[in-house]
Amino acid sequence: MTDLQDLVTTGAPGLPGGDVSSSESLGLEAKPLSPSRLAWRRFRRHKLAMLSSVILILITVLCVFAPLFTKYGPNQLIRVNGVKFALQHPQHGHWFGTNERANDMWSNVLYGGRVSLAVGITVALASTAFGTVVGVLAGYYGGWLDDVLMRITDLFLAIPFLIALILLTDLPASQPWAQTIIGPSHSVRSIIFIIAILFWMPVARILRGLVLSLKEKEFVEAARAAGASNARIMLRHLVPNCTGQIIINTTLAVAAAIVTEAALSFLGKGVDIFTPTWGNLLGNNQGFLESNPALVLAPGFAIVITVVCVNFIGDGLRDAFDPKQLSV
Amino acid sequence: MAIDAETLEEQPEPAAGDAVLEIRNLEVTFKTEDGMVSAVRGLDLDVRADEVLGIVGESGSGKSVSMLAVLGLLPPTATITGSAKFRGLELIGRKQKELQPIRGAKIAMIFQDPLTALNPVHRVGVQIIEAIKAHNPDMSNRDAYNRALELLELVGIPRPRVRIDQYPHEYSGGMRQRAMIAMMMANDPDVLIADEPTTALDVTIQAQILELIKNVQERTHTAVVFITHDLGVIARIADRVQVMYAGRTAEVGDVETLFSGSKHPYTRGLLSSLPALAGRTGKLQPIAGAPPSMLHPPPGCAFHPRCPMAQVLCTQEQPPLRAIGAPQQLSACHFADQVPDTRPGT
Repeated sequence: MTDLQDLVTTGAPGLPGGDVSSSESLGLEAKPLSPSRLAWRRFRRHKLAMLSSVILILITVLCVFAPLFTKYGPNQLIRVNGVKFALQHPQHGHWFGTNERANDMWSNVLYGGRVSLAVGITVALASTAFGTVVGVLAGYYGGWLDDVLMRITDLFLAIPFLIALILLTDLPASQPWAQTIIGPSHSVRSIIFIIAILFWMPVARILRGLVLSLKEKEFVEAARAAGASNARIMLRHLVPNCTGQIIINTTLAVAAAIVTEAALSFLGKGVDIFTPTWGNLLGNNQGFLESNPALVLAPGFAIVITVVCVNFIGDGLRDAFDPKQLSV
Repeated sequence: MAIDAETLEEQPEPAAGDAVLEIRNLEVTFKTEDGMVSAVRGLDLDVRADEVLGIVGESGSGKSVSMLAVLGLLPPTATITGSAKFRGLELIGRKQKELQPIRGAKIAMIFQDPLTALNPVHRVGVQIIEAIKAHNPDMSNRDAYNRALELLELVGIPRPRVRIDQYPHEYSGGMRQRAMIAMMMANDPDVLIADEPTTALDVTIQAQILELIKNVQERTHTAVVFITHDLGVIARIADRVQVMYAGRTAEVGDVETLFSGSKHPYTRGLLSSLPALAGRTGKLQPIAGAPPSMLHPPPGCAFHPRCPMAQVLCTQEQPPLRAIGAPQQLSACHFADQVPDTRPGT
């Protein structure tokens, strides 16, 4: 230690430093280019993804701050001159018309978006986090742990998705233990739980594969030679190198989870029908497709636009994080 | 005895010339589908304090494997027997957890390819700070940062205040190897193992890195184990040389002794296959044949199928390593005393 300090304070004459001078003159004075900054630079060039981001932010703002954009509550009975104002076509003040229970459809779509987006995002985060843990552990340790974790993953992948979802949604009603874990039947919390349980497997597989190749890299061996523990190598070296894949998968899982929630609600097995979600609105109003198409088209388009935007953003992120894309 | 900070501190500080790392009868065997591969077959090796020990050998001679075995960095398919004592503390057979306080703090290792040895997603400074804090968890971030700056300065990276915040991809190959050296010197180790640190670099940068390692060694008195297949590099940097062949020691000695008075036909062969040694003209003389398969190493002396001096005895009996010639010189050849004094080809 003292030797090193000594050397530094006295300077290190004759220490060669020639190999760096050329790059110094190339204007490397600017801010360090972090991998995420480079990715952002590439993402910004992806026009469709940028446009999608803007639209998605708009939709999110509309939903999150719904009370600012509508004066009606989602279940508020609307009367005009004392008469229930039901099944109206789109008009001034009721952009998407009103449904058979005389609720404003615009406010239903906004408030419904809150639940749909919340389900999508929470499911994506929870399932990706869990899948990442499984995948990294399996890939890093290998051996019997890998075998056990991957067979469990295979098992979950073999479960018929929709049937399992439908069966699971009714489980808390009959099983008290299930209710304590995932909440009452058809609550938002239980739906999030149930979808997430069937969503983590692809992430686990992808991350396992990534870690299998990453752990052979020299920087992992160098970290080990520097005295890093297994936990440190996984958290500080392997997971950060998987950030791109993790972000891409989270994004795509958001879209898939929104669609799944909508499908489940449409079938009457999702969130209870008096809570507006995009799927519920579709399901509840499906009988009015001919007589009052706005009631179905509004939540339908909300789902489609959101999912398409999320998927475009996912594409943009994939391009941005693709390590093979070397151009800056 | 468990390894912890206290037991490490209790070990006596080595005086110059004492062995910091003593390897005795080290054997490393890999289980493969074709059978057992003996990569290291009874290696004895001493690393003395404040010296640069060069380990030379062809690919597969066991030079890297033996060092990785000492640090416990080999995959679980490897079976390791024998002994490796760091300042009297046995390392072979330790659990990974027990070796962590040794790695990086007492024995550090730099690798061949600096381009992949740094984590691409973290700033260089962060990686050095992490190496410091891995062994000094109580050190404040500010102190660790300042120490990282010192280290970057030590390894000759200009304007470390700018460079410390940059990512590995903003460094050139030579600078990355400098950063690696900074990282591995972070805890002032007693032994620095350099596993072909210049092989992946071009020749001018190679010379600078060699110069740097030598410089750092002279300033810090860290013992350096320099693994290479390049005798030219050995001549520039090493104090002592250990020549390895087929997982065993062929010859040990001071660098001058080995270059001028080698007592082993394999060392002789290596030297005469070297280009551009002063005063020599004519064709290079490569060693005939190829290194043996470690799946079925030849009986007797492993070098006998390629040795110009081989006799019947060589095919039957493994030659012991014995003192011969200059002081400190050891050779594992039955006919070491008959190795001609003049270099073949001159």
